[in-house]
Amino acid sequence: MGLEDLQHNFLTGRLEDLVKWARRNSVWPATFGLACCAIEMMSLGAADFDISRLGMEVFRASPRQADLMIVAGRVSQKMAPVLRQVYDQMMEPKWVISMGVCASTGGMFNNYAIVQGVDQIVPVDVYAPGCPPSPETLLHAILTLHEKIRSGEITRRPRAEQSGSEPARPERPAGWLLEDPDALRVGTPR
Amino acid sequence: MALGFLGGFKLTFEHLGRRRVTRQYPDEKRPKQPRQHGRHVLNRYEDGMEKCIGCELCAGVCPADCIYVRGLDNPPDHPVSPGERYGYIYEINYLRCIHCDLCVEACPTEAITESKLFEFSFTNRADAIYTRDELLVGDDGRPQRLPWEDWRPGDDLLTSGWMRATSPSGAAAYEGEVQWSGELGYGVRAPEGGQSGRRDDVATGTKSLREVMEAHLVPEDIPIEHLGLRGRLARAKESARKKRDKLVSSRRRRTEARVGR
Repeated sequence: MGLEDLQHNFLTGRLEDLVKWARRNSVWPATFGLACCAIEMMSLGAADFDISRLGMEVFRASPRQADLMIVAGRVSQKMAPVLRQVYDQMMEPKWVISMGVCASTGGMFNNYAIVQGVDQIVPVDVYAPGCPPSPETLLHAILTLHEKIRSGEITRRPRAEQSGSEPARPERPAGWLLEDPDALRVGTPR
Repeated sequence: MALGFLGGFKLTFEHLGRRRVTRQYPDEKRPKQPRQHGRHVLNRYEDGMEKCIGCELCAGVCPADCIYVRGLDNPPDHPVSPGERYGYIYEINYLRCIHCDLCVEACPTEAITESKLFEFSFTNRADAIYTRDELLVGDDGRPQRLPWEDWRPGDDLLTSGWMRATSPSGAAAYEGEVQWSGELGYGVRAPEGGQSGRRDDVATGTKSLREVMEAHLVPEDIPIEHLGLRGRLARAKESARKKRDKLVSSRRRRTEARVGR
């Protein structure tokens, strides 16, 4: 039985708060730097910004032990399957921060070699803008993620096949605003 | 043997006595560079008219194609900008913008400049597109403080003008002189200087930043005038000045309190 089978009452409500508090304060990122943004990510781990204050100083070398993937840098078409594999190897619950404009939308690399937005491959929770984002921006993104963990459900993204019925999909905005990660497959970039 | 074991801790013990460098970010921020490139602002004139004339030069020059502008003819009875047209759609996608400031260089009316704000993040892509209403400055010339951004005092200062490193033509004779017009809400910006020595570091905020950084520089990066006897003299002068300033300000506060009573 997973946590998603729990019925809600006062006790489980408090338990949920506790679980969320614990998750929020030990988000361990995966060691996964792709480009220049990774330098800023490293400086976030260094003494000046010191994310061990937030309980996430351990950049895990194994995706099995990581909760958070910070996609730091542009993702090339060749790197995309690798990125997806690292994401798939991470244990639930897991989150993704798309750091920098290249990871978020391709940025100024609007060409055939770069994936135009990492949300085509993995579901992204928080986007950090900037080229590269300063460590402060990444910290802001991490705090946004904390807020998202705090206010969200403890079970992550119940899929249609798990909950039994098709959840009502929100209406799509403009065509390029892809919010639905399920609709995309690896290896067939658009 | 025992000494060798302790010798490994030399670095640790050295660092025990040093000043702590960690900034407690959400509570405390590093000072920003005086010409940091951050979120854009769309400026106004003193009479409230928008500076943007909808010429789309910024959109044309943008290497990341993050700006979308549409110009429209000014309505004759209530014009929005002094020019023939105005930008009635102005959108910047911050998940594409690389803050290169080429739009600021291209703008013929200084309508678009960059503030020093760099702390913002989004949870979906649609939120990252800033519209004209969000980018426009308020009536006082200061950028709007949008709720999802992390503004601190000083971040919105001197954002409505932007000055090139030397002069617009690159002539060294103009270095350190204000080339741009006065800014709404801020007056005229202090000139920055480079090689010529004609500079006002206090007004431009450059010097304070350098002081913050110097304590953590490697020795060969510290300027020569801050080393040795000269450096000691400079530091003594500096601390005397600080003490004097402190004394003067406390005296003034006391006088003010007395006057207030």
